[in-house]
Amino acid sequence: MSRTAVITGVGAVTPLGVGARTLHERWTAGNSGIEDGVGACSEFEPTDHLSTKEVRRSDRFTQLALVAAAEALEDAGWDDAPPYERDRVGSVIGTGIGGIGTLEKQHLTLQERGPEKVSPLAIPLLMANAASGVLAMRYGLEGQSFGTVSACAASSHSIGLSARLIAYGDADAVVTGGSESTLTPLATTAFRRMEATSPSGISRPFDARRDGFVMGEGAGVLVLEEESKARERGARILGRVRGYGATSDAHHLTAPEPHGQGAARAVERALEDAGVGPDDLLYVNAHGTSTPLNDRSETEALKSALGDERAHELPVSSTKSAIGHLLGAAGAVEAIATLLALRDRVAPPTLNYEEPDEGLDLDYVTDGAKPLPNGDTPAIGISNSFGFGGHNAVICLEAAQ
Amino acid sequence: MSTTVTKDQIEERVREALIEFGAEPDQINRDAEFEALDVDSLDLVELAQIAEEEWGVQIKGEDMEGIKTVGQAVDLVAGRIS
Repeated sequence: MSRTAVITGVGAVTPLGVGARTLHERWTAGNSGIEDGVGACSEFEPTDHLSTKEVRRSDRFTQLALVAAAEALEDAGWDDAPPYERDRVGSVIGTGIGGIGTLEKQHLTLQERGPEKVSPLAIPLLMANAASGVLAMRYGLEGQSFGTVSACAASSHSIGLSARLIAYGDADAVVTGGSESTLTPLATTAFRRMEATSPSGISRPFDARRDGFVMGEGAGVLVLEEESKARERGARILGRVRGYGATSDAHHLTAPEPHGQGAARAVERALEDAGVGPDDLLYVNAHGTSTPLNDRSETEALKSALGDERAHELPVSSTKSAIGHLLGAAGAVEAIATLLALRDRVAPPTLNYEEPDEGLDLDYVTDGAKPLPNGDTPAIGISNSFGFGGHNAVICLEAAQ
Repeated sequence: MSTTVTKDQIEERVREALIEFGAEPDQINRDAEFEALDVDSLDLVELAQIAEEEWGVQIKGEDMEGIKTVGQAVDLVAGRIS
């Protein structure tokens, strides 16, 4: 019998607040977490959630992951110890960059105060796998743990791989997702210098006036469990990872392939893996970065993968219009947003959209949230993530009825 | 850096550092073991950095081997200063 990964818990820290349901409810209501052109988690105070030692021993990206994970594990009904053999439980957390805040501070210390003043904690804090390692330590998860690193696709890769770990039989449960905290002087300047971020500071995916992404920070964590084991322990099941598809553009270091061919193939593979067709989908959570290139190539990719007609029927919205681009955390946060949207059968809106662009003519849900078809059809959707480097990862999710 | 620094002053600074590291203030005394205070090798490297900054003494990782209690750390620092 095949092993399926079901989702039993979700947690998120985003610019809309602390909490996965906060994200879902506030985004659906049309609220934005972007202020002054930045999607900061301004309500997040690490010391409210973590001990002095935990705060000292972690970069902000790890802190965000720990708090999202605590919510997800509580949501899954896990106590302090996992409900399975410890070495059957993994921890896989993606990030685009890792602890760049720590790196920047310690480099300044080196330059201004000399080598003797560099902290012995610098490396263990800044390493990109820190979140997955610290998470494993905090909860005694002794199965596979590692970080996935594929820029803005990192946490769709982590979720897809984690579902595979369960399907293959390597794990009975995996705590997975992504985290990012790059609102730092060097990172924000460098993104600006490459003209990736929005000079206007407005995230308006698919709008003709879109001029780049708005940087955000945050984390999303999901608890995946093998279905029969989850049912055996009486877990409440939120939904399942139905399919996963990933490809590479092999085209350009930062620009997407203009016609979205790699992205389209990732969508097709995710649907194939899920055993569903375009007609089975109710909703698409777009990567929708608000950059001129992505939103055009992604629109083309959806038309190519789903067929022109189906692509035009489906509601397609971008979480980034409400929270900005969470880079390596985007995939996980948006997978959670997708799952809760499917569960409530509602397509949250793409905010700030006013001016149509030629050729960008899908239903971007620009007039407030809209209901998804109800009834006996399973609530299935996809969440797209595409990263610098040409990484494409698409997750197909199904919400429990 | 001075020769006038007392053990009490060193102990006070060490105590301050340990609290910063996350140790419970009311559990810190000369006989308290670092393990019980949840102070590990990474913290001790930082403690050595603080000692160097405050009193100009060089303490390497290997010097810390065998140092198990707050009192032993204070004595080690005091010994290097004098």
